[in-house]
Amino acid sequence: MENKLIILLVIILGAIAIAQLVRVYELSSKMRKTGEHEVSSRDNNLNAKLLLGFVISLFASFVYLMVEYGWTGRGVAASTQGQEIDWLLNLNLVIVIAVFFLTNFLLFFFAYKYVKRPGVPAFYYPHNNKLEMLWTVVPACVLAVIIILGLKSWNNLTGESPEDAIRVELFSKQFDWTARYAGKDNILGKYDYKLTTDNNELALMTTNTIDSSIRLMIEGPNGIKNIQKVLNKRDTVLSDSVTGVLKTDLSRKERLLRLLVQMKNNHSKGVDNYAWDDIIQKDTLVLCKGKDYEFNFRSKDVIHSAYFMHFRAQINTVPGMTTRTKFKPIYTTEEMREKMNDSKFNYILMCNKICGGAHYKMKMIVVVKNEVDYKSWMASKAKETFKDKYFPAVAPMAAAAPMADTTKTISK
Amino acid sequence: MASVAHEGHAHEHHGDHHHEETFVSKYIFSQDHKMIGKQFLITAVFMGIVAMILSILFRIQLAYPGESSDFLSFFLGEKWAPNGVLREDMYLGLVTIHGTIMVFFLLTGGLSGTFSNLLIPLQIGARDMASGFLNMLSYWFFFLSSVLMLVSLFVENGPAMAGWTIYPPLSALPQAVPGSGLGMTLWLFSMAIFIAGSLIGSLNYIVTVLNLRTTGMTMTRMPLTVWAFFVTAILGVLSFPVLLSAALLLIMDRLAGTSFYLSDIIVGGEMLANHGGSPILFQHLFWFLGHPEVYIVLLPALGLSSEIIATNARKPIFGYKAMIGSILAIGFLSFIVWGHHMFVTGMNPFLGSVFVFTTLLIAIPSAVKVFNYLTTLWKGSLIFTPAMLFAVGLVSTFITGGVTGIILADSALDISIHDTYFVVAHFHIVMGMSAVFGMFGGVYHWFPKMYGRMMNTRLGYAHFWITLVGAYGVFFPMHFVGLAGAPRRYYDYSVYNEFNSGSLEQIMNLNEIITIFAIIAALGQILFLFNFFYSIYRGPKAPQNPWNSNSLEWTTPVEHVHGNWPGELPTVHRWPYDYSKPGSDTDFIPQNVPLKDGEEEH
Repeated sequence: MENKLIILLVIILGAIAIAQLVRVYELSSKMRKTGEHEVSSRDNNLNAKLLLGFVISLFASFVYLMVEYGWTGRGVAASTQGQEIDWLLNLNLVIVIAVFFLTNFLLFFFAYKYVKRPGVPAFYYPHNNKLEMLWTVVPACVLAVIIILGLKSWNNLTGESPEDAIRVELFSKQFDWTARYAGKDNILGKYDYKLTTDNNELALMTTNTIDSSIRLMIEGPNGIKNIQKVLNKRDTVLSDSVTGVLKTDLSRKERLLRLLVQMKNNHSKGVDNYAWDDIIQKDTLVLCKGKDYEFNFRSKDVIHSAYFMHFRAQINTVPGMTTRTKFKPIYTTEEMREKMNDSKFNYILMCNKICGGAHYKMKMIVVVKNEVDYKSWMASKAKETFKDKYFPAVAPMAAAAPMADTTKTISK
Repeated sequence: MASVAHEGHAHEHHGDHHHEETFVSKYIFSQDHKMIGKQFLITAVFMGIVAMILSILFRIQLAYPGESSDFLSFFLGEKWAPNGVLREDMYLGLVTIHGTIMVFFLLTGGLSGTFSNLLIPLQIGARDMASGFLNMLSYWFFFLSSVLMLVSLFVENGPAMAGWTIYPPLSALPQAVPGSGLGMTLWLFSMAIFIAGSLIGSLNYIVTVLNLRTTGMTMTRMPLTVWAFFVTAILGVLSFPVLLSAALLLIMDRLAGTSFYLSDIIVGGEMLANHGGSPILFQHLFWFLGHPEVYIVLLPALGLSSEIIATNARKPIFGYKAMIGSILAIGFLSFIVWGHHMFVTGMNPFLGSVFVFTTLLIAIPSAVKVFNYLTTLWKGSLIFTPAMLFAVGLVSTFITGGVTGIILADSALDISIHDTYFVVAHFHIVMGMSAVFGMFGGVYHWFPKMYGRMMNTRLGYAHFWITLVGAYGVFFPMHFVGLAGAPRRYYDYSVYNEFNSGSLEQIMNLNEIITIFAIIAALGQILFLFNFFYSIYRGPKAPQNPWNSNSLEWTTPVEHVHGNWPGELPTVHRWPYDYSKPGSDTDFIPQNVPLKDGEEEH
C-alpha cells in the first residue's frame, strides 16, 4: 500500500515536472527574438566558459581519484611476474595520462578560446601535410616503444616455467575451486572427466577409478541396468515424455560406457602412481614464498577465470582443455599484511568470468608461507594423498613403473 | 509501439502532400528512406530507455547491496526482487540484456539505421535508397527482433543471463543458469533476425552510395558522414554473418545435440556425452564480429560529429583526405584485432602477440582523427548548438576512452585488469558515451530535416550538461574500481570482507558515487525525451537551412516530398566543407553552387 502511494506520488510529481517543462519550453521560445537555430552570443559564451570549467573539474577530479584511490586497492605486486607487469603498467599510465591531459586540454581550450566573436571569421585551413605527417609519425613511434616493451614482457610471462617449478592444478566448478598438488613426483596424475564419481571429484585416472566408474555406469543407482529395468517393466505404462527422457539418458550412458571401456583398454597401470600421490586441497591454496609455480587449470562445467589479483595473474579455465599460468610469490601472507597495513588481509583467487548466479562468491583463499612453514605444512599432508584419502584399500603403491609399461595395453 | 503511435499524429501535418498514399503505406510499411530512418530512431530510443532502466536497476543493487528498494520491487516484482532485493541470477539477466540492447539495438540499429537511412540519399543527392522494399524489410526485421528481445525479459526463467557475449557453455546449458533456457533461445532468434535485417540494410547502403550519387558527387566530394556510413556498412556485411554462424552453431548445440562448443562437461550432476567441441571457437567467431562491431557503432558517430563540427566551427574539416584514410584504416584494422578480447582465454600466446601489434596500430588512425578534430576547432568561429556541444563531448570521450585502450591492448597489462571494471569503464566511455553523444548530436542537428521543426535549444543545453557530467561521473570513477581489482558482473562485493575489507570500502564508496551519477544522468534523459517528442508536434517551424550548412540535404524542401527534390536532382560542384572560404561573401558555399571564375576547389 505504502509503495503504491509513493509511486503514485512520483507519477504526479513527474506530470507536474513535465507541465513545468512545457512552460519553460514555450517561454524560452517566446523570449527568443530569433529562431531556435540562432544561438545568441550570450548562450554561446556561457557554453564556452562551461566547457573550460568542465575540463578543469575533470582534471581536478582525476587528480583527486588518483590520490584517494590510485591502485592501492590491490596493494603492491606480490610476485616477480606481477612486479614486471606493474612496472610496465606504470610506464604506460604515464604516457596515457599525459596524452589524456594534453589532448583534452587542447580540445576544451580551443572550444573556449575560439568561440564565435563578432567580426572575426574562421580561418580557412583545409589541410597541412606536414602537420598530418607529424601526428601520424609521433604516435607511431610511441606505440612502437609500447609494443616492443609489452611483447617482451608478454613473452616472459607466457614462456615455459623453469624445470623445477612446483606443479599445482586448480579445478574449477560452479562455484568453488579445488587445488591438486602433484605430490612427491611433482607430476600431476592423468584425468578424464568421465571418471568423475563421488569419491573422485577430480576424475583422476587410475586402474581402480576406471573400474569403479564402469561399475557405477552399469550397476549404479542411475546406471544402465536400472534404466533398462524401468523401461522394460511390463506392469507400468510410462508417458511418452518420461520414456523419451529415459531413452536419451540411456543412450548417453551407453555411449559413455563404451568410451570408458575403451579408456580401460588403453590405460597403462604405470601412470596410476602419478595420480595416487596427488594431494587434493579444498579450502585454501597454500604456496611457498620464493618458489616458481606452474598452475594448470581445468573446468568441470562452464568457463571460469582464475584471477589472482595480488599476483597479477589471470587465465580462463575452459571445459575440455587445460590452460596454464605461472608465477613466483615473493611475499608471505604475513609480509603482505604488513605492506597492506591490514592484519586480516589475505591473498585471494577469484572467479572473473561470469559463470552463473553465485559467480560473485566463487573464491579461494591463498596463503603464502615461508619455506620452513610450507615444508611442515606439506609434511602434515603427506598422509592425505588421493590414494590414502579415497582408496585406502588399494594395494600399496608400487615403485614407479618402467617407461615401457605405458605402451602396454591391459585387457580385461 | 511508440513509433506507430506517434506516426499516427504526424499524419495530420504532412498528409496533404501525398494524396496517393494510404496511412499504412506511408507510416507503417513505408518505403521512403526518411520515414524508415525515423522508424529506426524511435524504436531505438524506446529500446534505449528500456536498457537504461535496466542499468539503473542493477546500479541500485551495486551501490546498496541487499537493501530493500521499492524501485526494484516495482519493476521486477516479488519473483525477481523478493522483498525489494534483486535476485542474483536476475542481476546477470539485467546486465546481459542491458548490454545487448545498448550495443545492438540502440547503437547499431539506432545509430547506423537512423542516420544511414536519413542521410545517405539526402547527402549524395539520390531520390531514395537503391531498394525501398529491402529498406522497409530491414526495419521490420529490426522491429521484430526488438520485440523478441523484449519478450525474453518476461519469460518464466528469465532472460539470457550469460553476459552480452553469451559465451558457451554457460549460454548452452540451462542447468548452469536459468536464463539459458527459453530466454537464451529467444535471444538467439532475436539476434538472428536482427542480423538478417542489418545485412539487408547494409547491402542497400553500399549499393546506394556506389550507384546513386548525383552528377558531380565524386567519392571525394562526399561528406564524411556518408563515408563513415559506407565503411560501416561494409564492416557489417563482412562481420555480421560470422555472428550469425556463431549463433546458429550455438542454437544447434542447444537444440540438436551437436558439440561445436561443448566438450567434457558435467553440469548439475549430469555427465554430458559431448566431446571435441571448443568454447574458444565461439569466442573467435563472436569477436570476429564483436570487434568490428565496436567500429560499426563508433564510425557513424565520428562521421556525424565531423559534419557537425565543421558546420559549427564554420571551418572546413581539417585533413579531409586523412579523415577518409583513417576511416578506411580503422575499418580494415578492425578485422584483424579481435583476439585482444581473448588474451587470457588460453589462446596460444604467440597469436596473442600478433593481436597486440595489430590492435595498437589502430591507435594511429584514431590519433589522426583526434588531432584533425582539434585542428578543425583551432581558429574556428565556434557556435555551440546542442549538437556541437555533443560533438565536442564525443571528441573528449573518444580521447578519454581511447587512451585506456592502449593499456588493455597490451596483453601483458591486460592479464592483470582483464574483465575488471577498468574494461567496463574503457568501453563505456569510448564506445558507449562516444556513440551516444554522436547520436544525440545527430538528432539535434538533423531534427529539422527529420520533422521540419526545431528542437528547443535551452533544453538541449540542459540535457547536454547533465549527460556529460553524469556520464563522466559514472564511468570515470569506474577505472579506479577496476584498478582496485574488482571483477565485472559481480552481484555484490561483500566477499571482499573475507580478505581485504579496506579495498571493499573503496569499491563501495565509488560504487555509490557511480550510482548517484547514473540516476542523475538517467533523469536528465527525460529532458531529451520531452524535447524530442514535444518538438515533433509543437516545435517552431524549421527554416530551409538552419545551420547554414553546405551539404545537399539542406537544399531539399522543409516539408518532405517523395523523391526528396521536387524538380531535378542537384548537381554538385565542390566538396561539402567550403566554410569561411576566402573570397566568398558568405561563410558557407553549398555543394550545388558552381565554382566562380578562377575559384579553385580546395
